[in-house]
Order: sequence, then structure tokens, then C-alpha cells
Amino acid sequence: MTREARRRAAIAASATLPLLLAGCELGPKETTQYGPRGAAMEQVVNLNLKQDPGVPPPSAYQLDTREGQRAREIYPELKVLGDISVEEFGLLMANITAWVVPADAAPSEQGCNYCHNPENMASYEKYTKTVALSMLKMTQNINVNWQQHVKQTGVTCYTCHRGNAVPQYNWSFKPDEDQTTILGNKQGQNTPVQAVGWSSLPNDPNSYFLGDREIKVVGRALHPGSTPNDLKGAEHTYGLMMRISGALGVNCTFCHNAQSFQDWDISRLQKQTAWHGIRMVREANADYIQPLQTTFPANMGRLGPMGDPLKVNCQTCHQAQSKPLGGISMLADNPALAELGAWHSAASAPDAVIAGGIVRTADGIAGAVAVVPAATASAVVEKVQAVRASLATPAG
Amino acid sequence: MGYQNIFTQVQLAGPPEMGPPAKDSDPRGTSTVQNYWLGKILNAQIGPIYLGPLGVASLICGFLAFEIIGLNMWASVGWDPVQFVRQLFWLALEPPSAEYGLSIPPLAKGGWWLIAGFFLTTAILLWWLRTYRRAVALGMGTHVAWAFASAIFLYLVLGFIRPVLMGSWSEAVPFGIFPHLDWTAAFSIRYGNLFYNPFHALSIVFLYGSTLLFAMHGATILAVGRYGGERELEQITDRGTASERAALFWRWTMGFNASMESIHRWAWWFAVLTTLTGGIGILLSGTVVDNWYLFAQEHGYAPMYPATGAVDPLSGAGAAQ
Repeated sequence: MTREARRRAAIAASATLPLLLAGCELGPKETTQYGPRGAAMEQVVNLNLKQDPGVPPPSAYQLDTREGQRAREIYPELKVLGDISVEEFGLLMANITAWVVPADAAPSEQGCNYCHNPENMASYEKYTKTVALSMLKMTQNINVNWQQHVKQTGVTCYTCHRGNAVPQYNWSFKPDEDQTTILGNKQGQNTPVQAVGWSSLPNDPNSYFLGDREIKVVGRALHPGSTPNDLKGAEHTYGLMMRISGALGVNCTFCHNAQSFQDWDISRLQKQTAWHGIRMVREANADYIQPLQTTFPANMGRLGPMGDPLKVNCQTCHQAQSKPLGGISMLADNPALAELGAWHSAASAPDAVIAGGIVRTADGIAGAVAVVPAATASAVVEKVQAVRASLATPAG
Repeated sequence: MGYQNIFTQVQLAGPPEMGPPAKDSDPRGTSTVQNYWLGKILNAQIGPIYLGPLGVASLICGFLAFEIIGLNMWASVGWDPVQFVRQLFWLALEPPSAEYGLSIPPLAKGGWWLIAGFFLTTAILLWWLRTYRRAVALGMGTHVAWAFASAIFLYLVLGFIRPVLMGSWSEAVPFGIFPHLDWTAAFSIRYGNLFYNPFHALSIVFLYGSTLLFAMHGATILAVGRYGGERELEQITDRGTASERAALFWRWTMGFNASMESIHRWAWWFAVLTTLTGGIGILLSGTVVDNWYLFAQEHGYAPMYPATGAVDPLSGAGAAQ
């Protein structure tokens, strides 16, 4: 081989080196700029990997008017939806059936029978009806009191359920690793999992979605002393942010200007929306889902390994879309979901009808969980308290 | 012409080069090996090696640290060899949690991290002493040892000095490939964007500057190799045509040039200052400055972007919820 040929061979061989760059995604990209130039404030979407937001099913029929006989006059035992018209009530029941009852339900549980005893529709003998009642209240509460997150688009049962009895994306507490040994103990991190973007960050960010665990980690003043969170706390928050990023199919700069992650002035308005979203999810979990712990049957996939109900996080609704279902609102066809029923003004303890009452204490969730008498509940309480204790430890 | 190639093309074969007599290195090892393929990229001769008591102690400590870290990682996947390999880049030996402060935690809760850190630090310090003593023994200057000391300073700041000043081992870096990278990213975020840390900026200047100087100097010497330019230190005082051509090249292209001596001082200082300034930047984070972005605003060097209208929900009307 001549010297020149050898040189050419070497150049050709080194030209193939870029192929070793695994993880590069080939294909056309779509880039949208969301902020000032030079701050990398853009979203890059690989068109080949772009996910379809999905299309909600059409309403069973259209309401011409909300006037007419009130549902309570026909069904006097109604607790949440008594104030709407009989026709609207029937429509909502039909739509809920399409949204929530799985197509492959057992014959005895199809349609209305998934929640109701057909012999006595007012009966609460099926746990699903108790759950549905709490979920209706939750949906109304979100649409009325959390418009800083859901805006006028709002949510319906379908936003989470998508035709499943149990929403596809949910979470529950995982058993702790044995902290007294290094055997099989990864300290809740250092594992390639999708939830934290395949990083080695602490990978149970869901603990932020119940309780009031501190998220802010960045120093709030120039000099030390303003921020209790230590470096490990920063890694936990980083994990949470990766969780949110994956759930919404966006990168950091969808909300933040990376010049300063904490500075609100230069952050996009989406950061406010997300801030309220985290609090909304916490309230949904604490006030509407966690209290159902004793309502759900065991051994039916309704409870996690620690015995707590399957809860919601960002992904439950968003499913890799920055706006769930691409931003389509289903409230026009189901206006009853966008207003608080009589249940809300009637009682300051709103869930008097279902198992246990909500006890809102200064301590938040611990109070709400504590009313659940099941033995498994104590494990959840301990978990929440352990998380809080670990965060209360002052840094340095 | 061989000096214009990546690989050495001319190899000399002959009796092994044993080096000059030195102050305290006798009796020294005498075994050497010639390796043709090693000679392609380095000197073909391996040895004689001087290990000595410091070298032996350093290797033992280093081995212990390596084993403690590796076995902790392996244990964390339940001694599964397949998972150990598959997840190796994710696995870690984590420092103690904040609750233990600077006390000694149980082995499983960071005790192993402390022990591994102790042995690794001991190994590194012993190795430093060895580079210093061997240089003295050969009658050399101790430049290598002091450059190494600069890197050790950064290592000690990250794993010992700063955690001690912060009062908690939990501030230190985990042992692990991805975990230490995640730690680095989290560190930057926690302290308000490390890019606004002036010492971090200096460190980057010296790091990138080092690569630039290295490329310029390496290229210059290779380019004048055909005129004997590789004998660069002789040409400090006995300037030959290689040195003249190299100097003229840089004066033509950029107007000035380093001397055959000063280019090596430039390179040494750039490399040394990379870790020295970097270590200072880390040392000041959390001890003196808690938010470098606010520091940059205070001192007027953070670029201003237009306000978006977003406000802290806890500060204004949004606080209702």
C-alpha cells in the first residue's frame, strides 16, 4: 500500500467515527423559539417521534338547554349532581360511562352496572360509585378552583381515564430499600429509569406529589443562610423536574430561562402554570384520592404495594403533551363538570359522605391520611413523615 | 520526516537506557522491556521502574479504595454480575446523608464512602510525595509535583475541604460515573448557575487556553521537526533555523511569539491554574456565595433579558391557593 493510499484509508476510517455517537436521533426536527435569542429557549421536536395527542370521543348527544326539571326532583338522594337538569344528568352519566368503563368489562359490570346496582341505582354497595363520587368532586374542584393551571380548557374524567377504569399513568409508594445494608440498596437513585430521564438522579419524584415537600433549592439570597435545602435536595428536585419534563414532552426551557432557573422575572408564564399544577396534583391526591384508601378493594390492582391508592401526577393527564389532548376542551358538552355542585357550599368537611372525613390540618396530608384507619395507612404516613424529616435536616 | 506523523516512525534498537545515577535510588531495578507497538506512540522501552515504599503504600491504598467502591456498587445490585456491568455507569458509592453532619455514620449509610475516600486520598498524597522525591533524587525541578498538587487541591476541595466548611459529608461528591456528573449539574443549579462564578469562568479560560497552547506548541514543533526543532530546549540558548522559522511564523501570523522557554511556562501555568481557580470557585460556593446569578447581578455582569411578566405565586395575588 502506498503512503498516499494509507493516508486515504486512515481518513476514510476516521470519517466513520461519528457513527459511534449513539443516542443521536436522526430525522427531521422542528424547532420553535420561545424566548430571547442566545438563551437556548427553544423546543426541538423530532417529527418522527412526535406523539399524537389523541382525539376525545364525541359527546353522546348535544344539550340544547340546561333548563328543565332538576335531577334532584327525580333522584332525591343525589349528592353532587342534584342541581342540574335531568337531561344533563343523563348525558353526563352516558359520557362518563364512555370515558371510564372499560370496553372489556365483565357482562355484569358493563355500562351503568360498572358503578350501579341496576336494582337500586341509589345504592353505594359498589365501591366504584363511592370512588366516582369523589372523582366528580375532584373534577369540579379542579375546573373551578385551579383555573390557574387548567385555564378555561378544564378537565373531564376522560383527560385521565381515556377509556380505562384505572388511568394508565399513575403512581403509588414503593417499598423502601433496606437502609441498614448496602445489599440491593441504591439509596433510591443510580438506576436507569425513564421517570428521571435515564439519569442516575433520585428516581422517586412522585413523593413530591403528596404533601408539601420543599421543591425550591436555589439560594434565595447572594450569601448563604437563605435556603435550607442541601445538595442532595437539589438532586431530588432535579429528578422531579426531569419527571415533569418527560410527562409534558418538553425540555427545561419550556418554563425556565436557563440563565437562572429560579428567577420568576425571566421565566416563561408556563412556570407559573406548572407551579399551580404541582399544588393542584397535591390537593387531588391528598383530598380526593388518598382518602379512598379504605374504599378500594384489595387485590384488584387498585392499591399499590404499600396499600395506598394509585395516585396522579403530571403524566396522568398530560401524556407527553404540553396541553393534554392537544388543548381540546370537553367542558362545553359537559358544563356540570365546570361548576361546583351543592356539595361544596353545604359542608366545610366536603367528603362527609364517603369513607372518613378530610381533616385539613396545618400539617396537610398527614392529617388527611391519618383518618384512614387501615394498618397500611400508617406505612404511608411514615413514608411521608420520613420524606419530610429528611428534608427538615438543615444543610451544613 | 517521522515527526510529521501521529505515530513515531523511527525506532532505535540498542541496549536499554538506564538513566543517570541519582541521589537515593540505588540499588534500583534493572529490568527493562522493549515493545515495538508501544514504541509507535511512546518510548519503546518500559522500565526500569522505581516503586519504593511510597509507591507500594500508595498502590495498596489505591487498590483498597478501588475495591471498596467497586464492591459497594456490586452489592447495590445484589451481587448480580450482569447487572453490575449493565448498570456500571449508573452505580455509585454515595456520601452520608445530611443528618450525619461530619460524624462517622454506619458503614451502610456512608461509612464505606468515608473509608474509600480516606484510602483514595492517602493513595493520592503518597503518590504526590513520590513524584516530589523522585524529582529531587534526579536533581530535577519539582514542577511536575506542583502541577499535580494543583489537581489534588481541586480534589480535596470537592471531597474534603468544602464539606468540612459546610459541616456535612453529604455535600461531597459520590463515587460513580453518572452520579458524579449529576452531582455536578445539581451543584450548578443549587448555587444559582455556576457559569456566573468568576472562578469557574477563569477555570474554563485556563482549560480551553491549555488546549489551545498545547495545539499551537505541538503543531509548531512538529512543523519544524525537519530542521531539528524538537531539540527545543537547546534552542533556547542556541537558536537554530528551526527556532527562527517557528518564531517568524507566529510573528507573521499573529504579530508576536513565545520564546522556546516561555511557551513551556505558559503551558504549565495554564494547566495549573485550571484546577487552582476551579477549586477556589467550588470552595466559595455555599460558604461565601449562595447564588452566583445574584452575585453577577450585584456586580453588573449578568446579561438582562426582558421580563416575561411571570411572578412568584407565593409573592402576589396568586398566593391565595
